[in-house]
Amino acid sequence: MVEKREIILGENEPYVINMGPQHPSTHGVLRFELSLKGETVFKVVPHCGYIHRGIEKMCESNTYQQIIHLTDRMDYLSAHPNNEAVSLCVEKALGIEVPERVKVIRTILSELGRLASHQLWWCAFGMDLGALTTFFYGLRDREKILDIFEESFGSRLLHSYICPGGLMNDVHPNFKQRIKDFIPYFRKKLPEYDQLLSGNVIFKERSRGIGMLSLEDAISYGVTGPSGRGSGFSCDIRKSQPYSAYDRVDFKEILFTEGDTYARYRVRIAEMWESMKILEQLVDQIPDGDYTAKMKPIIKLPEGEYYQSVETARGELGVYIVSKGDKFPVRVKFRTPNFSNLFAINHMAVGHKIADLVAISGSLDLVIPDIDR
Amino acid sequence: MNPVIKYFSEIVKGVGTLITGMKVTSGYFIRPKEIITQKYPENRDTLIMLERFKGEVVMPHDENNQHACTGCGICEINCPNGSIQILTAKITNAEGKSVRVIDKHIYHLSMCTMCGLCVKTCPSDAIVFAPTFEHAVFDRNKLTLQLNKPGSSIKKGVKE
Amino acid sequence: MKFLYDFSILTNSIHQMLAASLSPLWVFIIELVLVGLVFLGFYAILGLFLVYLERRVCAFIQNRLGPNRVGPQGIFQTIADLVKLLFKELFVVRKADKILFNLAPFIVIIASLMAIGAIPYAKGLHAIDLNIGVFYILAVTSLGVVGILLAGWSSNSKYSLLGAMRSGAQIISYELSVGLSLLAVIIFSGSMQLSTIVESQANGWWIFKGHIPAFFAFVIFLIAATAETNRGPFDLAEAESELTAGFHTEYTGIRFAFFFLAEYMNMFLAAALATTVFLGGWMPFHFFDFSGFNYVMDFIPPFVWFFGKTFVVIYIIMLFKWTFPRLRIDQLLTLEWKYLLPLNLLNIIVIAFIVLMGWHF
Repeated sequence: MVEKREIILGENEPYVINMGPQHPSTHGVLRFELSLKGETVFKVVPHCGYIHRGIEKMCESNTYQQIIHLTDRMDYLSAHPNNEAVSLCVEKALGIEVPERVKVIRTILSELGRLASHQLWWCAFGMDLGALTTFFYGLRDREKILDIFEESFGSRLLHSYICPGGLMNDVHPNFKQRIKDFIPYFRKKLPEYDQLLSGNVIFKERSRGIGMLSLEDAISYGVTGPSGRGSGFSCDIRKSQPYSAYDRVDFKEILFTEGDTYARYRVRIAEMWESMKILEQLVDQIPDGDYTAKMKPIIKLPEGEYYQSVETARGELGVYIVSKGDKFPVRVKFRTPNFSNLFAINHMAVGHKIADLVAISGSLDLVIPDIDR
Repeated sequence: MNPVIKYFSEIVKGVGTLITGMKVTSGYFIRPKEIITQKYPENRDTLIMLERFKGEVVMPHDENNQHACTGCGICEINCPNGSIQILTAKITNAEGKSVRVIDKHIYHLSMCTMCGLCVKTCPSDAIVFAPTFEHAVFDRNKLTLQLNKPGSSIKKGVKE
Repeated sequence: MKFLYDFSILTNSIHQMLAASLSPLWVFIIELVLVGLVFLGFYAILGLFLVYLERRVCAFIQNRLGPNRVGPQGIFQTIADLVKLLFKELFVVRKADKILFNLAPFIVIIASLMAIGAIPYAKGLHAIDLNIGVFYILAVTSLGVVGILLAGWSSNSKYSLLGAMRSGAQIISYELSVGLSLLAVIIFSGSMQLSTIVESQANGWWIFKGHIPAFFAFVIFLIAATAETNRGPFDLAEAESELTAGFHTEYTGIRFAFFFLAEYMNMFLAAALATTVFLGGWMPFHFFDFSGFNYVMDFIPPFVWFFGKTFVVIYIIMLFKWTFPRLRIDQLLTLEWKYLLPLNLLNIIVIAFIVLMGWHF
């Protein structure tokens, strides 16, 4: 027998709102359970798992080549670094040295992916704050990068292009020229982003001092990527553990110490400039050679545990593979950046308004399939 | 700073930034040449698809209705989610030997994730990606395709 | 002063034609129905056109084309949308207060419909010329907030309630700024009758005649009116990214269309009021003593002038919406009480001084 209860909202009862799983500003199927007092948030409980597909479990019944196309579907906005993480891990286990050409192309692709991802983040962040025009300006510029991707390997979002040992096929002959055309174009368009949003007084008021995350909290929550670097957490894998061709390019690790939404915003805008600098350095230095190392058709990793982390557009992505010498892995674990970043939100949003919660979750640049996997 | 001066200078600065933003948007408003919209069904004739675009897997046939697929099944093994099925048949060839040849190369387009492993691993390069993209159909069964055309045979010179 | 286009001749002739054959009561009733029908038609067509216009304008701002399929340049797109909304199911949430839920859209739409009758579109072309026209429009438009509050309360939805409460706080505070900035021109012209205000601008619009303070009042009016119509950076009551759709989250079909139309008509009202009060209404643009230039300007019909100016103001209001991020509720109130209201009061003192010394033209 179910007891019938009547709930009356009183002084001490929280006003609970479910934000999501279908909500315009959660960027996917994420649910925030908000406890409110008036408009002020005093508790946020993120609920994830609405798009859980069991990618880690699926990896256990797939060969190492087949795992690649699953990793695309975790953080679909930085598919290249995801592919690269698994590939690097497998290459590390096999002790294979990939050709120089592969290394340089992989780095270029990662940076292009980072640019595309940050552009989309900029669109969506503007949308979250109610500036609807940003969405189209960002997507317009992102389209140019997607065209480069499409020309070289036929897909615009889920590439599955970087594979263990190298690349699926060689890049298109126009690849170099397209990037050379894109960089001056985007250098002209990026100041527009600042004029439209960064300098805007309403935007500054909305983002300054909102969602404070101190350095200690960033480290203890494991907030990495641009979100962590906005709090002064020097966590760039490209600098600390260089992989591919990152050890030979000259770039700055962007660090802001304010730790608020505006700092996280500025980190990403500055990273776009840095990415273009890396691209400019590398695009003329693509060496000739093979696009893949010599690989056996069936990859069997020697028995053991292997870990490799890369820097995606959202933070540190770690891949942990346990192998028993078979062609399938025994266990694969992905340390995805969004999962750690998301759970700092309660710490950051308490005491702010609902509108600020939207700004904070936007500034964390959440991709929901990456959280649930 | 004098609070009164600060108050007014804040207002002037704020309005300045707002006008900068409005300049950008109204700038695009008066420059309709920069519109990037493509009118899709009308421009279908002039639409250029990049040649490497992964639309669907197809099996090219030559003028004699011959293809290069031997039915070895490597693509089927490599496909991560079973979107390819190779159905083979036993026939007796000219020399009187009973050999296994391809009967049907079934391709489930509805399941395909375009990872490209089948095309990459095919030993005789029998299947390639086609840059078609208008795959919408009303019946899901229509997305199950047979890649080798009926009555086709293997090209000469392809190693079995 | 003589005007080339005087619509009171037309309206008077219709009145006399009816009066010749019918009793005064019937004349009154027929005129009432006629005016009602004309304004309903005007309301519907203008509302649909404004929706189309907004979609086109925002598309051009955003490097897009916007609706371009239904009819030439897509002008029938909004009519197609309206037909779709008419055929949609009218959905009512369980445990919603049905009476208030059904009533709310009508209050919102009636509030804006009542106001458009008082605006002079040309000489002699207005439904009602009250001697407190400005006051009437302010009073009637602020009735709309009752509809919004009812919609939010009766929907039995938490998002709706939050949106409605925001809207209440917002409109009550911005009402002050709208009233005070209009007061500037009332001081200048010495009248609250809209037709008198327009005629007082025959030798120059108040935005030019009133020096910088009048321009100031115009800017403040534009900001406050945008806030009062729940648009642009002040659309907190709807706040798509925070409250899904705010007070009209639970509304479907034609009830939703009512809210939608009312929003656009409120925007038109704000622009029309700004035009009437600050930009000379249907008065043509006159440039000092260039009689040749002024004579040519006089030939352009007054409603062309009126709608031309109104659409310029509407474009500015649209540009606000498509450029700026949304404000937060506390910043919205800060803007009103700490910036707009003190500046407005200061402005009125300056204007009063100018009028006292007779410095305006």
